[in-house]
Amino acid sequence: MSDPLDKSPSLSRRSLFKGIGLLPLAVALPGCGEKDAPAGVGATAAPTEYKPAFFKPAEWDFVVAACDRLIPHDAVGPGAVESGVPEFLDRHMQTPYASGAIWYMQGPFLDAPAEFGYQGRLTLRDILRVGIGAIEAYCRKTFQGKGFAALEATQQEELLKAAEAGKLELEGISAKLFFSNLLAEVKNGYFADPHYGGNRGMGAWKMIGYPGMRADYLDWVEVRDQAYPLPPVDLSGKRG
Amino acid sequence: MATSKPKVDAVIVGMGWTGAILAKELTDAGLHVVALERGADRDTQPDFAYPKVVDELEGSVHRRFLQSLAQETVTIRHALADTAVPYRQMGSFKPGAGVGGAGSHWSGCHFRPLPEDLRLRSNVEQRYGKGLIPADMTIQDFPVSYEELEPHLDLFEKICGTSGKAGVINGTVQEGGNPFEGSRASEYPLPPNPNYLGAELFYKAAREMGWHPYPIPASNASRSYVNPYGCQMGPCNACGFCSDYGCLNYSKASPNACILPVLRQRPNFELRPHSQVLRVDLDGSGGKATGVTYLDAQGREISQPADLVVLCAFSLYNVHLMLVSGIGTPYDPQSNTGTVGRNYSYQNLNRVVLFFDKDVHANPFIGIGGAGTTMDDLNGNQLDNGKLGFVGGGLVWARQPGAGPVRGINVPTGTPNWGSAWKQAVADNFRHSFYYEVQGACMSYRQHYLSLDPTYKDAFGRPLLRMTFDWHPNEIKASQFFVAQALKMSQVLNPLSMAGDAKKDGERYNITKYQSTHTCGGAIMGDDPKTSALNRYLQSWEVPNVFVIGANAFPQNNGYNPTGLVGGLAYWAATAIRERYLKAPGPLVDA
Repeated sequence: MSDPLDKSPSLSRRSLFKGIGLLPLAVALPGCGEKDAPAGVGATAAPTEYKPAFFKPAEWDFVVAACDRLIPHDAVGPGAVESGVPEFLDRHMQTPYASGAIWYMQGPFLDAPAEFGYQGRLTLRDILRVGIGAIEAYCRKTFQGKGFAALEATQQEELLKAAEAGKLELEGISAKLFFSNLLAEVKNGYFADPHYGGNRGMGAWKMIGYPGMRADYLDWVEVRDQAYPLPPVDLSGKRG
Repeated sequence: MATSKPKVDAVIVGMGWTGAILAKELTDAGLHVVALERGADRDTQPDFAYPKVVDELEGSVHRRFLQSLAQETVTIRHALADTAVPYRQMGSFKPGAGVGGAGSHWSGCHFRPLPEDLRLRSNVEQRYGKGLIPADMTIQDFPVSYEELEPHLDLFEKICGTSGKAGVINGTVQEGGNPFEGSRASEYPLPPNPNYLGAELFYKAAREMGWHPYPIPASNASRSYVNPYGCQMGPCNACGFCSDYGCLNYSKASPNACILPVLRQRPNFELRPHSQVLRVDLDGSGGKATGVTYLDAQGREISQPADLVVLCAFSLYNVHLMLVSGIGTPYDPQSNTGTVGRNYSYQNLNRVVLFFDKDVHANPFIGIGGAGTTMDDLNGNQLDNGKLGFVGGGLVWARQPGAGPVRGINVPTGTPNWGSAWKQAVADNFRHSFYYEVQGACMSYRQHYLSLDPTYKDAFGRPLLRMTFDWHPNEIKASQFFVAQALKMSQVLNPLSMAGDAKKDGERYNITKYQSTHTCGGAIMGDDPKTSALNRYLQSWEVPNVFVIGANAFPQNNGYNPTGLVGGLAYWAATAIRERYLKAPGPLVDA
């Protein structure tokens, strides 16, 4: 039986990688040491220019403020806000995934022990929307009409910690459920490919030394004595 | 009213590994075969093409290559008295959908069973008497021996271009392989893949423990390879996108890369994707299948008559199809009667993470799916189960199928989940940590079984499959033993810190945490029609023109990944169909 496949795919892919991989080596080496991991593209955690389509203005204020607390800008690397995570969240909430496309969403919805995971009726986008509404209502009630974004950073942190620990009583939704979904989404946005809206300039990848979408490491499997030298590339082929 | 298609010789439900193998073998025999696949058609080009395929958000969050649970899922409960709830989000196990099935998004670990694994009950009783086996443990011998399966296991490795080092060839122990393995007729088709750091260090640590480390047999090609079907594989480039992903490089063995290129050319093979099989249709006697009924892409109900029906869906859905079709008698744990659903088992997976300083370059983004290092010193007859007080062996291994930050970054115990301290920890540890895993066997028990759920329905109105499963004290004890051994071994490497996740006494099965897609049993093979749904050729005892191929046939699970044995059993069953059944259709074993 003759081979029905094109015999060249791996070869042609390899040539492609030579193009991407070898060129930046020389320019990349100086900036790639452990100590030199760049601290992101922006110096401040200013809100983005992006105009949200899913989140309403008050929700957006919460999203930006919460992102800034969950992954703050610091000497280690870029913060979530400057990385575009709020934009990621807004766009991600508009996907079929956030509407429960791959979750089983038929009832009855029973209470079950934690080992059985999420058993609620809200989709991801509704978990965030209902959760933000509930925490905003909690803030206004508790802090003389102030929303989450208007609180001091330390107050915001305390609230998020309480939500994470399940110590915050919110109306209509479990604070722990809301928090765990929010945090997972913030991390997804921080680390996913930049074309989703977050991880601007591949700053999060540079912070941890992830080469991104290079996906070709045979020459480095057995190297032990030096750090992987190449900076990241993203899905569009851009180099970080 | 269903539209009826012209009758064919054989209809195959599901186009993963077993469906592709059966389709190849039956079309070889000249049969006209129709394959019905619930998901989309997929091929390396364009579905797994770089760069789109290496998108972590798509692969590991949106789970593009896995089954969507929106249409079909299972319900799960711990015990008979509990009410089961749906498996709503992918967690503990990850069935596939689409052409290639789980065989396109697996990692590539490709083990053979040990000879003694296939005669587990009699072996344990012979070594320790009947007393070691708890009263509720329903383990059985496989009704087929290692020697009978060897040619079929061998062929499947050659189809997959498995890369490894033989330990025993024709009874002679080979340097560098697993000295405890069953004797093989031949060396692996390809040599082992290169060692990443954790796999290399495993050799040092395991040898200090007095163990015999060897390369994990991996169906990730270490060289260019042309398999016996003429399908070409390219050498793995260590891209780090194996588990959850289709292979971009024709390196990871899959039905798509290793079998379908041949099938797609055959005039006597027809693949119909987007075909959701609802049931196997039986004649008035209930003893003969007349074909299957399915929904096509437009949702029209179609009847496909066939002389032979081969169920090759994911193991859980094979059992589901038997139950909703009325093939065989459903198992009842109260009366201990019936067979379909009996002996559900799983896998006992645990992890030890090692954190190192910044001069240790673990580079976890590098990945070669199944490749790595393991050892069999705590598996099979090497383990003194009588002394330890549990049944079943296991492996400790170094594997690195590839990690990225969306898939998660391991951080030392006590690290906060967010904020600057978390950032510092992920920055410090991403490139400087790796993990070893402990993969233990999982026994079957009278109270662990599959049945139809009384409440929840799938998108087609059928009852969902209900799984009743929990960790038994036997598996918890095993987990604690193996993790302790793995931690002791890892200590040799002097990491900055370690984190192990041995199961605690009384720990319950957690469906949110991934711990392998190795769901086994439920429609098991056996010698006794009272305690098995299938005979030794994976043929239904009650409906002999139905064969049910997959890990559903395992009476219990051993310490290895199941795919090697699943493929071997598929070729074993296919050979029986070709050489015996087609000449005289009927039961291949008298009940």
